[in-house]
Amino acid sequence: MNGCLLNPDGALGGNPLFAFIYNAAAHVLPCWLSHIVAGLVIMLILINAVLLGAAIVSWGERRLLGRFQNRIGPNRWGPFGALQPIADLVKLITKEDIIPYGADRLAFTAVPVIMVAAALLATAVLPFAKDVALVDLNVGVLFVLAVSSLTSIAIFTAGWASNNRYALFGAGRAVAVLLSYEVPVVLSLLGVVLVAGSMSLGDIVTAQAVPFFLVQPLAFFVFVAGMSAELNRTPFDVAEAESEIIAGYHTEYSGIKFALIQAAEFGGVLVVSGLIATLFLAGWAGPVAGWLGWLWFLIKTFIGIFLFVWIRSTYPRLRLDQIMAVCWKFLMPLSMINLAAVVLEVFFLRDANGILTTADLWIMAGINTVLAAVSIAFFGRLIREKVRAGLPVAPASQPLARGVTTIQAN
Amino acid sequence: MTIRTEPMTVNVGPQHPSTHGVFRVRITFDGEDIVEVEPVLGYLHRGTEKLAEERNYVQIVTLTDRLDYTSSMINNQAYCLAVEQLLGIEPPRRGKYLRTLAAELQRIASHLIAVGFFVQELGAFGTPLMYTFRSRERILDLFEMLCGARVTVSYMRPGGVFADAPADFWPALEQFLEDFEPELAELENLLLNNEILLARTRGVSPLPADVAVNCSVSGPVLRASGINWDWRKMAPYDAYDEVEFEVPIGRNGDNYDRFWVRMQEVHQSLRIVRQCVAQIEPGPARLELPLVLRAEPGAEAYGRVEASKGELGFFLISDGGVSPYRCKIRSPSLINLTITEHLLIGWKLADMIVSLGSIDINMGEVDR
Repeated sequence: MNGCLLNPDGALGGNPLFAFIYNAAAHVLPCWLSHIVAGLVIMLILINAVLLGAAIVSWGERRLLGRFQNRIGPNRWGPFGALQPIADLVKLITKEDIIPYGADRLAFTAVPVIMVAAALLATAVLPFAKDVALVDLNVGVLFVLAVSSLTSIAIFTAGWASNNRYALFGAGRAVAVLLSYEVPVVLSLLGVVLVAGSMSLGDIVTAQAVPFFLVQPLAFFVFVAGMSAELNRTPFDVAEAESEIIAGYHTEYSGIKFALIQAAEFGGVLVVSGLIATLFLAGWAGPVAGWLGWLWFLIKTFIGIFLFVWIRSTYPRLRLDQIMAVCWKFLMPLSMINLAAVVLEVFFLRDANGILTTADLWIMAGINTVLAAVSIAFFGRLIREKVRAGLPVAPASQPLARGVTTIQAN
Repeated sequence: MTIRTEPMTVNVGPQHPSTHGVFRVRITFDGEDIVEVEPVLGYLHRGTEKLAEERNYVQIVTLTDRLDYTSSMINNQAYCLAVEQLLGIEPPRRGKYLRTLAAELQRIASHLIAVGFFVQELGAFGTPLMYTFRSRERILDLFEMLCGARVTVSYMRPGGVFADAPADFWPALEQFLEDFEPELAELENLLLNNEILLARTRGVSPLPADVAVNCSVSGPVLRASGINWDWRKMAPYDAYDEVEFEVPIGRNGDNYDRFWVRMQEVHQSLRIVRQCVAQIEPGPARLELPLVLRAEPGAEAYGRVEASKGELGFFLISDGGVSPYRCKIRSPSLINLTITEHLLIGWKLADMIVSLGSIDINMGEVDR
């Protein structure tokens, strides 16, 4: 020790990993340098964790999709094809990196970086295990929302800078979808914050004596739906609808830039699944949470990923106006109902100190589950009715055609 | 202040993931709404009609395979019917049944592709397409047993089929029919009542019956508009007058009805295949004919079938030589494309792809 002391009130001061690296570095380095070194080491770990995670997600998604579709999926390179992402990456890096004629070079090049950065930044506040988060910001939820909406700017820039009409279509669609879905997502998170009484993700995990997907099923539903729209995943993937607008905003991207955009998308799935796990599935909480917290967190994250893959492999895509309708006529009312219900419940159930007991949470879970079933059925019916009326019926016994007399009926 | 907007013209195709090959259409968009549509054809023109004038009557069968390469059997059938009419011959009974059987299997395969890509264009990520291809592969395997080829089959000949089915074909066919039933049920379970599919296709791009008739469309597209028009019923060829089946007819002519009609036709085709298996009798499968066929000078014939995409016709004129003087192909895909403007204008970009998919064009047939 050469007398360097970490300020325990600093943003990173409470992080045990940071403190450990800082103290180790301080043996040989001056204080200010070991501060930087510790920061860089943590950055390296986080970035690699997310990018490696994105690689695993991409492999897992392809394997799962293969299973869903009666085929095998990548299985050549490594055990069960697990090294496939590396092969993909090598292929993409060695491809020619094209910037189209007439593109805005600076903006075009900046987009992949911004997208990866947005995916990475959100991990800064995720609690991976008990007391293991880079920073447990007291405005963690707000930070995550702010960072995740960076993506919409990047997507719009990509569409505009590409000088490609399909990309422009994709960008226009993406901005419309992303901006609309921010609203129900934020509203659904307000309920979570209300019950937890804190915006810090760590506190939200601790507050989940009963996991919040039981306490607020509506918020869970709205959040998952809204987030699959924010991630541009089926059935809300209009921004990169392959069959309509080639690849949407990243039509013109190739080589390493394409790889980065893909990494950002799969990283986004990882981060959002981590968020779902943290906010609604009680994050690292579980048996022996002190030692096995990371395991529970991972399992819950992969439940979220599996959910996204499952939805993707099953549903067709909605049209843009229908997506807007789902957002404003379906998810919005649901999130409002959830918020109103949670506000009332918290108001009546909390004790003098504003604390909710586990029993209170179970009462809320009961009320909200019934409320969720009723309101989803009600608003779902409102949307469905128009679609269902007058379906054709099988088998097809039909009268003869008008004006056709030469038909020989058997 | 008002925002200045202007229409945007986009070339969709010939290189686009979902224009069924090399179809190109210049579309003017106002935002996402379609204002103007101009199909541009000809990227797959191979001069089939001209090539047919240089080949003898049997060789032309191989050219017909490459028209609509997803339903080669039916193309063979239409051409062979035309030649038989030209020569005034009739294939033996077993040949007729084998043709009907093969054509109906091909119809199932072709409709499966149509449905699979239709749903793929709706944005389902591969799953329905893989389901349909799983069954289609089995049908192609059966074709391989029949004639050694899977896609460009050239199975039929003027006067019957190229060869009788091998002995192990029949158990394989039975096995396929047995396996296909649950697979089809699985597919229908996934698609027919799918909420998003209904929302995307019901009432979208309706084709009124009068427009359909005026544009001379045929096949499932016409039947979806509510018109009972099926050449298998109206002028039965081969063994169609000896089998029972019904003609599924839509009501609104929208994208869903076109899709629904195809799904129902798969059921009817299965029925026909079953009846063919039950009714087929031993005997020769092919008429004994001279190696090189010649028709009377000036003879004309028009052979038509109800192909998977509509009325497919071959019009042959003979000048007495070994090859036809003229071979005109009435291809359903090309003529069904005349409704493009009716279907697309006023709808959105996302609907455009789906509507094109619901016509089920095949560029090999459109450009010939």
